[in-house]
Amino acid sequence: MSAPAIETNGLVKTFKDNRAVDGVDLTVPPGTVYGLLGPNGAGKTTVVRMLATLLRPDGGEARVFGHDVVREADTVRSRVSLTGQYASVDEDLTGTENLVLLARLLGHGKRAARDRAAQLLEAFGLTEAAARQVKKYSGGMRRRIDIAASILNTPDLLFLDEPTTGLDPRSRNQVWDIIRVVVAHGTTVLLTTQYLDEADRLAGRIAVIDHGRVIAEGTPGSLKASIGSGTVHVRLRDGAQRPEAVRLLAAVLGTDVQTEADPVALTARAGVEGSDRGAAEQASRALAALAEAGIVVDDFSLGQPSLDEVFLALTDRPIPEEVPA
Amino acid sequence: MTATTEATAAASMPSAETLGAVLTREERPRRPSALAASLTFGWRAMLKIKHVPEQLFDVTAFPIIMTLMFTYLFGGALAGSTRDYLQFLLPGIMVTSVVMITMYTGVGLNTDIEKGVFDRFRTLPVWRPAALVGMILGDVLRYVLAATTIMLVGLILGFRPAGGVLGVLAGIGLLVLFSFAFSWIWTMFGLFLRSEKSVMGVSMLVLFPLTFLSNVFVDPGTMPGWLQAFVKVNPITHVVAAVRSLMAGDRNTTETIWVLAASAVLVLIFGPLTMRLYNRK
Ligand SMILES: Nc1ncnc2c1ncn2[C@@H]1O[C@H](COP(=O)(O)OP(=O)(O)O)[C@@H](O)[C@H]1O
Ligand SMILES: [Mg+2]
Repeated sequence: MSAPAIETNGLVKTFKDNRAVDGVDLTVPPGTVYGLLGPNGAGKTTVVRMLATLLRPDGGEARVFGHDVVREADTVRSRVSLTGQYASVDEDLTGTENLVLLARLLGHGKRAARDRAAQLLEAFGLTEAAARQVKKYSGGMRRRIDIAASILNTPDLLFLDEPTTGLDPRSRNQVWDIIRVVVAHGTTVLLTTQYLDEADRLAGRIAVIDHGRVIAEGTPGSLKASIGSGTVHVRLRDGAQRPEAVRLLAAVLGTDVQTEADPVALTARAGVEGSDRGAAEQASRALAALAEAGIVVDDFSLGQPSLDEVFLALTDRPIPEEVPA
Repeated sequence: MTATTEATAAASMPSAETLGAVLTREERPRRPSALAASLTFGWRAMLKIKHVPEQLFDVTAFPIIMTLMFTYLFGGALAGSTRDYLQFLLPGIMVTSVVMITMYTGVGLNTDIEKGVFDRFRTLPVWRPAALVGMILGDVLRYVLAATTIMLVGLILGFRPAGGVLGVLAGIGLLVLFSFAFSWIWTMFGLFLRSEKSVMGVSMLVLFPLTFLSNVFVDPGTMPGWLQAFVKVNPITHVVAAVRSLMAGDRNTTETIWVLAASAVLVLIFGPLTMRLYNRK
């Protein structure tokens, strides 16, 4: 019987009167990618920091491989690595220096530390940049050196806090590839993200978090079944035809249709649980129905539901506006 | 951050096999000892000096200016000649300058700790205080550099310590040891106060009275009684007395022991306070 990689019960963290994490229960099976999905300010980083022994919980408890994160912090530290939301390497040092420094701190001898650093830089395509200060790296390179620093000793649990936010698509793909390899080698990954698409691609299970609470949890499949696997966006030539279009789409897709502020735009979820057809097929039928009714469509797209739409579906309200501090 | 660098870097991103090969599950090395971890963090401080050498300006230019300024400002009036005054002033000005430089430890920590890299350090399974001890060890190098600079300037201006090379080395050693201990006050403030500016402010507020209301510039015998009372309990007075006596070759063991004890007390009080704050941060 092996303990879950992560297990939390009623985890709470309060900053002054702000309950940043408000009773979170999570169970993360070992050897998987677990996605923590939520908008800015949801409490993702705070959860990660508590699990990584950086913050003390104010309530509830958390265990990593069965070890309490407060009472057995040192044991937990020997099994986890953290790649924080903001660079967790030293920007003033070079790539090599960063890795050698950390390897030494993990107990490698001088020679072994240098060898290990060179090996990782090579594997992450950073050999050419090895002697450059990290502050001169591009966003994608910084992310890679940061992840490389986290696997100097292959950790049993790796925290990746928004590892792809702000990256260009190519760098994002590289990070995804790295995550896949790391998991394939037996490391459990807790991945936080603001993108449903990313969680869907990588995670075996996802917890959707909002205002410090888990508002939905399950496999990507089950989540998408409840919120719809796709979103149809339609722009009409003539706004006067919109009521008719709404009626038709609702009938074909079997979901509510949202009208937007723009008088010619419509949005609807497709592929919701219970419908016997996939989102793409439903969408093409919807398009056909519109054409048949003589409604001219200027623009049509089928996309993954965005986090906004997930929120709308789960909470019946949009993502809260950032309150300016 | 140009498109080309990103493109070349991306092109050279190797395959899953190469990546997989580095994910070893070999026996992990034993965790380093407290000393080894601290020295490694000290090495980080050296690397930072190597990359940003301008930061050494503070520890060389400032002491030179202090020495020149006070030698020529007070020399004639207080001792009749600058050369005579220098024999009295130099150990004191050395203590003043080095103790003043200790405040940069707090300022540096305050800026450094806000960066994400400290999150990584704090999740490593190493002896907890190592990151801070290492940082201060790096600063010790700056103290040595400042003290050496002042000694050289002093020797050029005509300072002739009777204690010889050994006396001078012992004096510098004692001063650097005290400064190491004293730095823990600033690491505490560095963790405690919000901004670099406030750390500076508090440091100045403490350091100015401590260094000036002492025996650095004049013999306390000339001061009013109430001031003498303060000067007598001021730790800087004791450090200056000890360093002066070591350099003069008349080993005043009482003062030296006083300084060693004070250093131990400082570390024992401010070390744990700092660590408490560090763990909470
Ligand atoms: N150190 C802190 N002090 C005060 N408030 C904080 C601190 N860290 C986070 N918060 C607040 O806690 C909430 C959750 O933040 P965070 O965990 O960073 O969210 P996320 O990572 O999901 O964007 C936010 O309202 C944020 O302002
Ligand atoms: Mg965050």
